[in-house]
Amino acid sequence: MAELKLTGVSKIYGGGIEVLKDINLDIQQGELVVFVGPSGCGKSTLLRMIAGLETISDGTLEIDGVRVNDMPPSQRGIAMVFQSYALYPHMTVRENMAFALKIAGKSKAEINASIETAARTLQLEPYLDRLPKALSGGQRQRVAIGRSIVREPKVFLFDEPLSNLDASLRVATRIEIAQLKEQMPDSTMVYVTHDQVEAMTLASRIVVLNNKGISQVGTPLELYKTPKNEFVACFIGSPAMNLLAGKITGTGETTTVQLDGGGVATSNVPTLDSDQGAHVNIGVRPEDLYATEPNANGASLYSGEVSFTEALGEVTLLYMDNNGEALTAKFIGIHMGLRGNTVALSAAPDNVHLFQEGLSMLHRAQRS
Amino acid sequence: MSGIAGQRSSLAWVVNLSVVFLVLLWLFPTVGLLISSLRTADQISNSGWWSALSTQESQRSPVRIGGDEQDTDSGVAITGTLFDLDGVDISAWGTSSRRPNEFAPGDTAELKDGQTLSVQADGTYQFTAPESQEGKRLPRVFSTATTPPEFTLDNYNTMLFGGGSSSISKAFLNTFTVTIPATIIPILFAAFAAYALAWMEFPGRAILIAVVVALLVVPLQLALIPLLKFHNAIGIGKGYMGVWLAHTGFGLPLAIYLLRNYMVGLPRDIIENARVDGANEFRIFTRIVLPLSFPALASFAIFQFLWTWNDLLVARVFLIDSTGQTTVMTNHIVELLGTRGGNWEILATAAFVSIAVPLVVFFAMQKYLVRGLLAGSMK
Amino acid sequence: MSPILQAVLVITLGVGLSVGYFWLSNLILDNVLFPAKGINAGRNINLANAVRPWLFLFPAFAAMGLYLAYPVFETLRLSLIDRDKADAFVGLANYRQMMDEPKFWEALKNNFLWLLVVPAASTLMGLLIAQLTDRLRWGNIAKALIFMPMAISFVGASVIWKLVYDARPEGTEQIGVLNALYTFFTSNSPEVWLTVPFWNNFLLMIVLIWIQTGFAMVILSAALRGIPEETIEAAVVDGAGPLRIFFRIKMPQITSTIIVVWTTITITVLKVFDIVFAMTNGQWQTQVLANYMFDKLFRANDWGVGSAAAMVIMLLVLPILIWNVVSARRELR
Ligand SMILES: Nc1ncnc2c1ncn2[C@@H]1O[C@H](COP(=O)(O)OP(=O)(O)OP(=O)(O)O)[C@@H](O)[C@H]1O
Ligand SMILES: [Mg+2]
Repeated sequence: MAELKLTGVSKIYGGGIEVLKDINLDIQQGELVVFVGPSGCGKSTLLRMIAGLETISDGTLEIDGVRVNDMPPSQRGIAMVFQSYALYPHMTVRENMAFALKIAGKSKAEINASIETAARTLQLEPYLDRLPKALSGGQRQRVAIGRSIVREPKVFLFDEPLSNLDASLRVATRIEIAQLKEQMPDSTMVYVTHDQVEAMTLASRIVVLNNKGISQVGTPLELYKTPKNEFVACFIGSPAMNLLAGKITGTGETTTVQLDGGGVATSNVPTLDSDQGAHVNIGVRPEDLYATEPNANGASLYSGEVSFTEALGEVTLLYMDNNGEALTAKFIGIHMGLRGNTVALSAAPDNVHLFQEGLSMLHRAQRS
Repeated sequence: MSGIAGQRSSLAWVVNLSVVFLVLLWLFPTVGLLISSLRTADQISNSGWWSALSTQESQRSPVRIGGDEQDTDSGVAITGTLFDLDGVDISAWGTSSRRPNEFAPGDTAELKDGQTLSVQADGTYQFTAPESQEGKRLPRVFSTATTPPEFTLDNYNTMLFGGGSSSISKAFLNTFTVTIPATIIPILFAAFAAYALAWMEFPGRAILIAVVVALLVVPLQLALIPLLKFHNAIGIGKGYMGVWLAHTGFGLPLAIYLLRNYMVGLPRDIIENARVDGANEFRIFTRIVLPLSFPALASFAIFQFLWTWNDLLVARVFLIDSTGQTTVMTNHIVELLGTRGGNWEILATAAFVSIAVPLVVFFAMQKYLVRGLLAGSMK
Repeated sequence: MSPILQAVLVITLGVGLSVGYFWLSNLILDNVLFPAKGINAGRNINLANAVRPWLFLFPAFAAMGLYLAYPVFETLRLSLIDRDKADAFVGLANYRQMMDEPKFWEALKNNFLWLLVVPAASTLMGLLIAQLTDRLRWGNIAKALIFMPMAISFVGASVIWKLVYDARPEGTEQIGVLNALYTFFTSNSPEVWLTVPFWNNFLLMIVLIWIQTGFAMVILSAALRGIPEETIEAAVVDGAGPLRIFFRIKMPQITSTIIVVWTTITITVLKVFDIVFAMTNGQWQTQVLANYMFDKLFRANDWGVGSAAAMVIMLLVLPILIWNVVSARRELR
């Protein structure tokens, strides 16, 4: 139902603390955009500026082409779901849902109809006349979502809506949100989370925020496969991508890097002749590493002692050490016996990323 | 710590006993007043209130015998009982104040002119005389008796419904007239101000909060003359209006302080959600903040009620004029202390009526009172 | 009009007027002065939000200003003028006159005695009872009973204690507990306790201690509850006995609360009036400042000296006021 456009948006708190700087972002109708980033990077701040709960220090925010910087929250056509649910504790579920509609001057019949529909969608019918304190955490979260649905907003805003739930409820509610989104394909949603799985599964696009700005915007797989910089590379995926320093020794369609730790890596990222000898970091995800025979000419990417293992069941994490250079690998199956052994690792050239001064060389190549 | 192994139980006994002792010590004076208010003037001045609790041997005040005469063979007889009480046990009696314990129960005393009198242990007596005693004074009986505890509500009856100069019914009503508006009005003013201080951004907020904290301890003694002058100047003089206004002004700092501290603790998300829902500040205040602040409102209401009910100074200065029509309980009691200082049945009853209402409020709403105290002084 | 009717009217009027004031002023602000519509919607909303706090604050602060702040300055002014000389400025003459009166010095001396004894005794008793009842199964009942005098008026308490101190002529039975015990144990003749100079001050103080102990106990008891259980358990494991735990582990963790209780009772003591007024009215050398001031203002009708006495009370409260403000400001940061 709505398109959201941020142009050069900044936020400076009282006392001159700059939290966000020059944010440019277009959100299309029907998208579910997820904001991720380290704690304190301004995700909530950005969301609250969209909601109208924080003033926008600089730049413009448009909803459906209308500048809304100075519009109060209630007139922006948004609904917000808070981490703490923010249910009105002294009102029943029904009254909670009706509150905004009453203020908007809807008729009783209309209000009841909306509540019935929302309650059916979210399976809240048995609880309509209860007070929030008589509900479980998951039910409260569903009420909070229901309360936003009945307002039929142009944009839904969620600030870490699932982080107060326990692990299994979180999965269940996540799936419910995904289904809800499918039922309302036209609605636009902005969603803040700390949880990578939530981000990866729900998002049509992910916005990674860091250091007062946007690090990268893209579909979940884009971010996973072609991170623009070391920050995004390490932020998306768990355990984080391994970064190893080295020097380019071979350029062209494929690039060869002589690593400082002794290994050699081959990447399918193309490089120019002028890159010969440049200091770079290679990035390789733990799950992309596989064991090889160490061969005499040092053709493996990394070789080190397994100092510690963590068996998670379907995978085993290997924490390796090579003269102080640490690396994490993730092997399918259970491999606890490897502890204390020396293992050599390699990765397919497709899975080896190249970063120069923190930025991806692949994206540089595309840019030029 | 109750679950820790090896704790000495003797220590627990000492603790229990000392707490029992302290509680009794604290209750003792009040209980004394309560019991005194349930005794007759006579009883109060003849024995300490603590002796009213147990069966007690005491010198009873003399009783003059009387009743209908019956003719008998040898003259006339009068029978009756000395006390209208069950469980009396007379140990000795007499007919003159000089020898009040001359006879034992069951003895028959030979009096002048052939009269005889016998008194039984339960207080029944038989008096005989050769001729009719019509128009003559019959003898008085002095007795030492053990009597069971004995209480009466007569004092309350006379003090509350009896009329008369020491009656407290008028003062009782006047006190309510003072307290109810003086409790309700400041709550409203304070609630709005507290909301602004807690949830609105404006320059000078910190200073205003500091001002409230400062006014919290300003002695109201300073306000007496200036405000009396002010009330006279605007023409309300001494009267209810003045006392209501004064209590409102004096109660506001505490009200604002308590309410602001409570409101600040309300979840910010809820208030922002209401804002997103389209509620304006007035509606957020009345529909969300006010209902959620009920515990703090109750705390303050109790404080203010107790304080205005128990107040003497403000009422004396701003309310009570020379006609005395607008006296309140505390003032009435002070006046009784002056004029009826020895009449403990009056004093005790008046005092107990005045403290009964706060005590009911206290025990009914103790939770909120404690909460308010903690909010007001725990930093 | 009967006072009750008047009261009902005032309640309705007061509530109606104040709600009406807030509602109407908001309405005017949002819809007439700065409507949230049209091209200026954004600016108007911000303007309205800048004005609104002052609308909410105005009635309360106006009332407090008039009833608490203004009188401080007016009293100061009154203490410097003479009513009998057509309000002429007389400098410190009133203060000088006050200082020449022995009654003033007696009141000041007694007030310091009260300040020395009552806060200390109440806080210590409160702390003792809070600690004793802390783990008691019937502790809450015990606390409620000891807390109860808080609900009783100073006047009511005065009557209660006057009965305790009551004296009857020698030979008749004593109905005051104090004299009953005194004559029973010493076989001296009964004393009219409230007229025994110096010691009668303590008899008056007992009334206030009796009331304030409950207050101290409730707050200190909550503070004791607030001490992390682990610190006590750690001390138990380390082999500390109950006394050592109390003095070395618990006390240090509640010092700030003890200070708050102490100062709160100190302020109450500075203002104490009803008890003295009702029990002795300052006779037999029991005068205190608040009663002295009341005497001057309303019996001697000497506003100058009365106001000067009030300023002395204010002066004594001032350090606590400043300390409160400073610590409140520190907290707000
Ligand atoms: N009112 C404020 N005044 C000053 N600084 C603020 C204010 N609110 C937030 N900040 C700062 O702005 C930064 C961003 O805060 P924000 O709440 O948006 O972070 P976040 O990304 O949502 O973090 P989290 O993941 O922990 O929720 C933080 O460094 C915070 O300290
Ligand atoms: Mg956040």
